[in-house]
Amino acid sequence: MSAKKFLTGATAGALAFLPTLALAAGAIEGGSKQEINAAAIGMFLAFVLLTLGITYWAAKQTRSAAQFYTAGGGITGFQNGLAIAGDYMSAASFLGISGLVYLSGYDGLIYSVGWLVGWPIVTFLIAEQLRNLGKFTFADVASFRFAQTPIRVLAACGTLVTVAFYLIAQMVGAGKLIQLLFGLDYWMAVVIVGALMIVYVTFGGMVATTWVQIIKACLLLAGASFMALMVLYTFGFSPESLFAKAVEVHPKKIAIMEPGSLISNPLSAVSLGLALMFGTAGLPHILMRFFTVSDAKAARKSVFYATGFIGYFYILTFIIGFGAITLVSTNPEFLAAGKTGLAAIKGGSNMAAIHLASAVGGNVFLGFISAVAFATILAVVSGLTLAGASAISHDLYATVIKNGKANEQDEIRISKISTIFLGILAVILGIVFENQNVAFMVGLAFAIAASCNFPVLVMSIFWKGMTTRGAVIGGFLGLAAALVGVVLSPGVWEAVFGNPKGSAPFPYDNPALFSMTIAFAGIWIGSLLDSSKRAAEDRAGFPAQYVRSQTGIGAAGAASH
Amino acid sequence: MATASYEKIEKNPAYQELVRKRSSFGWTLSATMLIIYFGFILLVGYAPKTLGIPLGTGVMTVGIPVGLVVIISAFVLTGIYVLRANSEYDALVRKIVEDAK
Repeated sequence: MSAKKFLTGATAGALAFLPTLALAAGAIEGGSKQEINAAAIGMFLAFVLLTLGITYWAAKQTRSAAQFYTAGGGITGFQNGLAIAGDYMSAASFLGISGLVYLSGYDGLIYSVGWLVGWPIVTFLIAEQLRNLGKFTFADVASFRFAQTPIRVLAACGTLVTVAFYLIAQMVGAGKLIQLLFGLDYWMAVVIVGALMIVYVTFGGMVATTWVQIIKACLLLAGASFMALMVLYTFGFSPESLFAKAVEVHPKKIAIMEPGSLISNPLSAVSLGLALMFGTAGLPHILMRFFTVSDAKAARKSVFYATGFIGYFYILTFIIGFGAITLVSTNPEFLAAGKTGLAAIKGGSNMAAIHLASAVGGNVFLGFISAVAFATILAVVSGLTLAGASAISHDLYATVIKNGKANEQDEIRISKISTIFLGILAVILGIVFENQNVAFMVGLAFAIAASCNFPVLVMSIFWKGMTTRGAVIGGFLGLAAALVGVVLSPGVWEAVFGNPKGSAPFPYDNPALFSMTIAFAGIWIGSLLDSSKRAAEDRAGFPAQYVRSQTGIGAAGAASH
Repeated sequence: MATASYEKIEKNPAYQELVRKRSSFGWTLSATMLIIYFGFILLVGYAPKTLGIPLGTGVMTVGIPVGLVVIISAFVLTGIYVLRANSEYDALVRKIVEDAK
């Protein structure tokens, strides 16, 4: 079958992952079912078989709660670094950013940078402290010295809302992308993703999820490296010749070598930057990864490796985007019939990397990259679902409902039931939102993570004066402010609700600058004004917590099995 | 594991040294990363043309190496912290844990 044929048609699939890319990328032309791609399906089946095998192996050792939530703390720093990268590098980063570079050149780099710079902050300020204080979820850390119920409920809300929006965006994107790449029906694609994710997480817990992420990270890094290498090879390993050719064929000419119109309002840019940077440090599925290693040293090493992999990956996407300008936009095979020019790309700009795979590696490599894109989605949704299920079983069930006295097997059973529930919910929501504009959802997830989870977590670790009441006030205010800010922003008010352009009451695309300020101010004022008996206990608990966060004395060790 | 109370650990000079060094280093590096990143974002927001200044005679602009430097700086800063923590801080932590036994 023809490699090119099945790519005809269009989708905004991968767009769904990215907050503001919708503004930059091409129009949604409606995804239609494509011819079945045998090479891609064959390679994807190989991936599924391998990961199911791992899940079977993982299921045999997943007996305890520690195994289920954190792989018993037995993951090494290097493995965890790969898994974090696998958790974080979504299909959006790969397809969305290379597509954005294809359309606008330099602007794509601005996003890549924003998605990377949160990691050093995680290393310097929270990675070791998380490992020293927590056991299974970031709520363990945030509630360390506070009244358990209110903080657990707050953290579970922050987790579940973040996970829900992120998950919907992933499911819709997955359905559209798979429909396009594999020629499956949308609903079928969503059901396959949901079913596989339920199997991985329910049977294999964190062990299986970690290995799915590690394998996916290796495949994605290998595939992207090969593409970037082939692009550079085409230009005799001279970046100057690559850029010169791109400038020559791109309609924006030399403007692709500098920041363009994407970021026009500096305040808006700063607000988005804050959301990307501190949202990273508040994503529950990422924070949970720090409990899978044996100690603080391994935690810090794992972020170092992850930062390296992720940074390297974003440099590759930049080269891939420029490669697509030179090799895809000039080749009529990849353009809509009878049209010329960059904008005529089949499937829209998010397909730039996929077409480039075909241009540099032929049909088999195209199948490989398609299978990697599918695997990427699976790895990300598995991590999200596990984080959501843990919030339900560990934070809500075991701590709030059972007062910390839950039977371990019951807790595991609840987390498995929660996984199945979340998986089914994700499939239903994925189908419900098929034709909705979900581009804002990842931006919203980052904004909530930055405005609710992150402030509560960082203040609980570093500020002696924080009290339960202050945390609850600030956390919920931040959560509400992020939600309201996004609903009133142009991305939702105008693009989703269809109000006229320029009518959005809140002019910025991301509310983080304001909602984070509200959250921190809420925590600060709420705590200062709190003179309750509980507040005195909260403050008195700080020194012991601080000693443990610094030294790890008393921290949960790696479980032996 | 440890039997000593946190009050005793707090009085340990090694602990005080660890906290002082790690906090100041961690916050300094965080501030460095914030300055680099938001410096970049403000440059993009307020003076995008600066990044479009050509480098040499070709099409390469200042913006490309600047963007790369921001990405690499994230990795390098993390590496610097990890290197120092692995030797210096871990040695202090080991001593504190020993003393606490």
